[in-house]
Amino acid sequence: MSDNLITFANVSRFYGEVLGINKVNLSIPPGITSLVGPNGSGKTTLMNLMTGLIRPSQGEITVLGIAPDDPERLCRAVGYCSQFDAFPKGITGYQFIYSFLRMYGMSHEECDRRTMASLQMVGLMEARNRPVGAYSKGMRQRVRLGQATAHDPQVLVLDEPLNGLDPLARAEAIALFQSWGKAGRHVIVSSHILHEVDRISDQVILLSHGYVVAEGQIQSVRGEVKDQPMQILVRCDHPNALAARLFEQNHVVEAKLHTDGHGLLLRTTDADSFYLLLNRIVMDTGLEVESVAPADDDVNSVYQYLIGGEGGTI
Amino acid sequence: MSTLHLRQIGAVLRLELKKTFFSRRGWWVYLLALGPLGITMLHWLVEVTRHMGRHSIGEDSLVFAALFHFYYLRLGIFFGCVGIFSNLFRGEMLEKTLHYYYLTPVRRELLVAGKYLAGLATALILWCGSTALAFLTIGRHFGAAYTDYIMHGPGLGQLGSYVLVAALACVGYGAVFLMSGLLFRNPMIPAAVVMVWENINPFLPTLLKKISVIFYLKNLCPVEIPIPPPFNVMVIEADPTPFWIAVPGLLMVALILLGYAGLSARHTEISYGE
Repeated sequence: MSDNLITFANVSRFYGEVLGINKVNLSIPPGITSLVGPNGSGKTTLMNLMTGLIRPSQGEITVLGIAPDDPERLCRAVGYCSQFDAFPKGITGYQFIYSFLRMYGMSHEECDRRTMASLQMVGLMEARNRPVGAYSKGMRQRVRLGQATAHDPQVLVLDEPLNGLDPLARAEAIALFQSWGKAGRHVIVSSHILHEVDRISDQVILLSHGYVVAEGQIQSVRGEVKDQPMQILVRCDHPNALAARLFEQNHVVEAKLHTDGHGLLLRTTDADSFYLLLNRIVMDTGLEVESVAPADDDVNSVYQYLIGGEGGTI
Repeated sequence: MSTLHLRQIGAVLRLELKKTFFSRRGWWVYLLALGPLGITMLHWLVEVTRHMGRHSIGEDSLVFAALFHFYYLRLGIFFGCVGIFSNLFRGEMLEKTLHYYYLTPVRRELLVAGKYLAGLATALILWCGSTALAFLTIGRHFGAAYTDYIMHGPGLGQLGSYVLVAALACVGYGAVFLMSGLLFRNPMIPAAVVMVWENINPFLPTLLKKISVIFYLKNLCPVEIPIPPPFNVMVIEADPTPFWIAVPGLLMVALILLGYAGLSARHTEISYGE
């Protein structure tokens, strides 16, 4: 058990006879961790478990060394912005954040200061005295984000936090998550917007049908997917010549010329051998290479390889 | 109990009061509380426009006793408490807002206490207020005689007793319905069961009579109202419980129920049936 990790040890959760998650073993370090998977894959179950809203049918969970059935300690360390788009009736944005902050035992002045800072952070200062029920979807999402972070938690759990946000608010939210991640906190995000997950994640956890399909840094997860040839994009001055030399090797299974005539997208079953070969070709032929970059070590590609169409909608 | 715990209960209480008072969902509870007040006001208005002396203050106090026994205790306060206390948890589950409380570092038992106190404050203001105002207006048409009855006769004592019984009813039924709101998806089912049980109380054997709220409350009322014929033949008489047992006993039962509700709250999961 570590005081700096979120751990799941053989955790299963069933809803009657329906499987939520099954035999999950995880050890989540600080930074931004994205939960990726289709609807019903167990993302929200995992989040509800680590915030103590539900209990595991079996197995053990610790969040920074705290058991989720100890709300007095856990809820000081954790902030959860859930997917439930509901609010206590008749309260304003200010009252919403302030009232729940008071439950941490802080004084009025401290709660007021934190509430105002939180409202400022999510850009709702002007709307703070309006009832939350009259907010737009994006504003409601922002006020929930403000409420979840107002007590300055070490672990921030965000279920689809970018839903309903306009592009500017989305960029601001992402910048906020990144600053939290860089500060050494845990930011656990579930999102179906894969290219944004890709941009912000330090590590990903891929879920399907209640099982963890893969976890870790996305590049290393991609490296583990051996049955799918790696896609690499090479930008150079003579892609035709490069393609001809590359096809002499067995591990290069496909090559496509880029439409601008200065790039070659190829698929190889052995990336390490490919890079060695490319070095040799460059030395032999004097080929001018502008860039070499993997083209499918992103979340979207890995998701398609590991979960693909059988996983349902994302 | 530490300062932190008191602050946390205070925070829950404040938020709940904000939500419980003047909530649109509870309009019918206000109607239940204001109903008898409307009747006594009407009675006052009718009597002042008619010839005086048709009946006595004693008769009016009997009418009020019947109103208190059959309306307040068996209907108004009972269903008022169903409306107020059942919704403290069940209403939040239906509206999908309970998780906000469950994500704060408040012990579940304190959450139950805070919510109960908020419900109790609302119920006490409504029902003790309604009882007192109805009592004060029912004989208002007697003018100075009624003031004298209250200030120098048995009126003030009766008023105190009725208000105390109304308060104890809120305490007892409040605890019952807060717990049922936590344990049952549809709190109207346990409410119906409890209502039937409370209403057949006069006809139950002595031992079973004592497992109810109404038995103790009835004994504390200053004026007894007998069950009318033909049902009176089925009534089984039981010795009244002394005041010093009835009041602490009711408070103790409420505390036990709240303790159980606290344990249930600790084991409650937030999934909103999804």
